[in-house]
Amino acid sequence: MTNLTATVADPAASDAPVIAYPTPLLRINGVTKVFGAHSAVNDLSLDIKAGEFFALLGPSGCGKTTLLRMLAGFEAPDTGKIELNGEDIAAVLPHQRPVNMMFQNYALFPHLNVRDNIGFGLKSAGLTRLGIDTRVAEMVALVKLQGLEKRRPDQLSGGQKQRVALARALARHPQLLLLDEPLAALDKKLREETQVELMALQRQLGTTFVIVTHDQEEAMTMADRIGVMNSGRLQQVATPRQLYEAPASRWVAEFVGDVNIVEGGITHRDSHRLTIAGRDVGTLFAIEPRQPVGDAVICVAIRPEKIRLSRRGPATDLVNSGAMNSLEGVISDVGYLGGRSLYKVKLDRGATLRVALANTARLDVDAYSIGERVAAWFAPDDCVVLVQ
Amino acid sequence: MSARRIFTAPARLAAIPPYVWMVLFFLVPFGFVLKISLSQTAIAQPPYLPVFGLSEGIDGLKASFAALSLDNFRLLVSDNLYLASYLRSVLVAVVSTLILLAVGYPIAYGMARLPRRWQGIAMMLVIVPFWTSFLIRIYAWINILQHDGLLNKVLLALHVVSKPVVWLSTDSAMYLGIVYSYLPFMILPLYATLAKQDPSLIEAAADLGVSRIDAFWLVTVPLSLRGVGAGALLCFIPIMGEFVTPDLLAGSNSLMIGQTLWLEFFTNKDWPVASATAIVLLGLLLIPLLVYDRLQRRQLEAR
Amino acid sequence: MSVHPLRLSRFNITSLVLGLAFLYLPIVILVIYSFNASRLVTVWGGWSTRWYTEFFNDRAMLDAAWMSLRVGVVSATLATVLGTLAAIALTRGAGFRGRTLMSGMLYAPLVMPEVITGLSLLLLFVALDAGRGLVTVTIAHTTLTMCFVTVVVQSRLAGIDRSLEEAAMDLGRDPLRAFMAVTLPLIWPAIAAGWMLAFTLSLDDLVIASFTTGPGSATLPIRIYSEVRLGVKPEINAICTLIVGFIAVVIVLASLVSKLSSARGESAAPL
Repeated sequence: MTNLTATVADPAASDAPVIAYPTPLLRINGVTKVFGAHSAVNDLSLDIKAGEFFALLGPSGCGKTTLLRMLAGFEAPDTGKIELNGEDIAAVLPHQRPVNMMFQNYALFPHLNVRDNIGFGLKSAGLTRLGIDTRVAEMVALVKLQGLEKRRPDQLSGGQKQRVALARALARHPQLLLLDEPLAALDKKLREETQVELMALQRQLGTTFVIVTHDQEEAMTMADRIGVMNSGRLQQVATPRQLYEAPASRWVAEFVGDVNIVEGGITHRDSHRLTIAGRDVGTLFAIEPRQPVGDAVICVAIRPEKIRLSRRGPATDLVNSGAMNSLEGVISDVGYLGGRSLYKVKLDRGATLRVALANTARLDVDAYSIGERVAAWFAPDDCVVLVQ
Repeated sequence: MSARRIFTAPARLAAIPPYVWMVLFFLVPFGFVLKISLSQTAIAQPPYLPVFGLSEGIDGLKASFAALSLDNFRLLVSDNLYLASYLRSVLVAVVSTLILLAVGYPIAYGMARLPRRWQGIAMMLVIVPFWTSFLIRIYAWINILQHDGLLNKVLLALHVVSKPVVWLSTDSAMYLGIVYSYLPFMILPLYATLAKQDPSLIEAAADLGVSRIDAFWLVTVPLSLRGVGAGALLCFIPIMGEFVTPDLLAGSNSLMIGQTLWLEFFTNKDWPVASATAIVLLGLLLIPLLVYDRLQRRQLEAR
Repeated sequence: MSVHPLRLSRFNITSLVLGLAFLYLPIVILVIYSFNASRLVTVWGGWSTRWYTEFFNDRAMLDAAWMSLRVGVVSATLATVLGTLAAIALTRGAGFRGRTLMSGMLYAPLVMPEVITGLSLLLLFVALDAGRGLVTVTIAHTTLTMCFVTVVVQSRLAGIDRSLEEAAMDLGRDPLRAFMAVTLPLIWPAIAAGWMLAFTLSLDDLVIASFTTGPGSATLPIRIYSEVRLGVKPEINAICTLIVGFIAVVIVLASLVSKLSSARGESAAPL
C-alpha cells in the first residue's frame, strides 16, 4: 500500500477530511536513500503544508531519522527531489537552508552558556550585536529560561536543556523546524507537560514543525497529521483520528494502539454490508470500506474499547439482522489498569479477544471475573476491513 | 552533495602534511635500513657499498641491485654474538613482563577498588613519574644502588649483610630499572579494565557462595585478561629493544640486541650489520603483535 | 568476613602504598641528595646549593640544555600541528585512500624500539648528505612525537558528538567555521596536552638524538648520559632535580589552565 492519503474514508473519519494543499511548503518527491545494501528511505513522497505540525512515526530503524536528516541537509537523497517553496534544495548545504533542527541529544555546545548557545546561529545570520541580544532575550523569554542565561549546559536539567535546544533552533526564524525525538530524554510527567507547551508554541509562532518520534501517544497528542513509516516507506499519512479509527493496513492497525485482528474471508456482500467468515470466531458483519476490498483473504480489525461485554448478549433480532456482532466466550484473564481494565475473552470458537472497559465506578461489585461466561458484542461500524 | 562529504573533504586535505611528513621521515628511512642491510661494509664515509646514486642512471641502479647481498643476515645467524643477544633480549623481555605483571596487578587492582574520587588522583600519581625523564629515573637508581649507596647503607645498618653487596652492573639491577621504568605502562591498561568491571559481579559471586579469594580468581582475573594482554604487549615490545637501562645498570658481559646494534653502529661502524640487526628485530617484534591481534579477533568473533 | 566489593582490603592498601613508594622514593632521594654539601654523593654533608651553582657555571651543560629546549619547543610545536591534522583526517576524513597506511605509519613509532627509529633516520640524513645537528634532531623528534600527539587528540576527537558539528552547520556555519567554533575549543585541552607530551618526550630522548645529532650539538640527555656512564656526580643530581622541577611546574600549570578554562567557559565564547 503506497498511495494512502485517499484510501481512508469511513464514518468514523468523516470529521477530518483529507485536504489537498495547493502549494505545500515542503514537497518530498520519490526520495530514496540507500546505505550500503540497506535502503533507509524507499521511494517516499510526502507534502507538508506551511504551518502544519507533522509527525513522522515509526519503529526504530524505519528510516524516519534519515528522512529528517535529508530535510536538514546532512544526507543527500540518492534519487528523488526535496522542494522547499517549490525550489529544489538537494544541493543546498545545511548552513544555507532556512531549516533548523533540534537534535535528539540536543547537541548543545558544552563550552558555551545558554545565551551563546541560543545566539550561535544569529551571528552567522548577519545580525548586529544589539540585534542578537534582543533576539536572544526574546527567545529566552519564549521558552521561560530567564535567569539561566549564564549557565552552561552541564549545569542545566534535562527539561532546561530541551528548552535551550528549542530556543536555539527557533532563533533563526526557520521556515521549517525539524525535531528529532525531542522529548525522548525526558521522564513521563515532564514529557507530557512539554508536549502541551510545544503545541502551544507552534500555534503561537505558526512555524511548520516536523517531528520524528517512535512514541505514538506523543505523535497523536501533538501532530495535525502523522506519517507512519516502516522499512523506509510511508505506510499511511493521516490525522491521528483517521490513523486510529481507519488504519489503512493491518500493519498500521497493529502498530498504532491495541487491536484485535480476525482473519477471514467474505462470504456475502449486499449494499455496503459484508458478511465475513472469521477464523476461530464465526460469522461477522462489517461495513464495506469506501475503497472496496477484493474477495481475497481479508482481516478485520476491532479496537478493544469498541467491544462491550455483558452476561447476556444483545437482543437476538439485532444479531440476526446483522445490526450487531455478538460472540460468546469465557473471561480468561483480567488486568486492572486503573482507569480501565483489560479483559481477555476466550471465545467458544477458539479465538481470544481483548476487551477494554472503562472503570467508571470506584466500587464495582459487578465486575467480571475469570471463568465467567460473557457475550462480547460490537457494531459492524466498529469493524475495519483490511486487505490481509 | 551530502554534508558528511563536504565535511570530510577538508578533513582529507588535513591528511596531506602529516602524510607527506611520515612518508618522508618514516617510510623512506625504512627503505634505507632495508637497502643498507643488504649492502657491503666499506671503510668509507658513509661506510657501506653500494651507495644508490641517481647520477649513474638506470644502469647504475641495476649495478647497485646486483651488488646487494644477504651476507649480513648470514653473519647474524652464524655468529653466536648476535644469536645470544637476540635470545637475551627475549629472555629479559619475558622475565621483565612477568615481574611487571606480578607487581602491577595488585597496584592496579588496589586503584580500581579506591572510591571514585580517589581513583583520578591515584591515576595522576602513577602517570606523573612517566613524565620525568627515564634517564633521570635510571640515574636515581644508580644513586641508590651504587657501592656506598643508600641501599647498602640501610642493609648494613640493619645487619642484613655484613659487607656492601655489589648491585650495579648486575642483572638484578637491570630488572629493577626496567620494572621501574615500565610500571606505568603495565598499571594503566590493567586499571582501565579493572575499573570498568561491575562490582556487583563480585557480589553475585559471593551470593552464589564463592569466597572472596576464589571470586578474585574466578571472576576478576578472567575478566581482566584484555588488560593483561595490552599491558604485556605495551611492556614487552619496547623492552625487547631496550638500550639505555641494560647499558647503565647491567654488566657488559652479555648484551641485549639494542646494545649490540648500538655497538655495531657507533663503535664498529658496521652500518650494514646494524641495519640487518634492526630488520631482524622488527621481524621478531611482529610476532607478539600478530598473536595479540589474532587473540583480539578471536574474542570479537566469539561474541 | 563481610564481602563488599568496594571495600579496600588491607592487601589493596598495602600494594597501593608500596607501589607508589616504589615509584616516588628514588626520585625523592635524588632530589634530597642534590642539596648535599658533600662531594661524596653518599655522605650527608649538610644542605647546600653549591651543585646548582656548579651547573650554572658549566658551559657545556648549559649549551646542551639550551639545545634541548630549542629542539623541544620547535619539534613539539611542529608535532602538535602535524599530529592534530593527522587526528582530524583519521577521525573526520572517513575512509580515504591510504588511510590504513597512514594510521600504520602513525602507530608504528609508538611501539618501535628507539634504536631502530634513530638508525633509520640517520641513514636517511646521511643519504641526503644533510649536516647533522639541531635541524636533524628536531625533524627526528617531530616524527616520533607527532604520533603521540595524534593518539591524544584523536581520542578526544572521537569522543566528541558529531551532532555538535552538525548543529553548528544547521545554525548557519560552513563546515570550516563549524569546526573552528565548536570542535576546536572542545579539543583544545587535548592539543595542549599533546604539545606538553611531545615537549617532554623530546626533552627526554637520548637514543634517537644520539643517532641524529652531529658533533658539537649534544642535547641535555646526551650530556647527562656521558656523565652518568662515568659515575654518580652531585652536579648531575642537581640537573636532574631541575628537570624534575621544571616538568612538575609544567604539569601543575597545565592542570591549572585546564581547570580555569573549564571554570570560565561562558564568556570565552569564540563566536
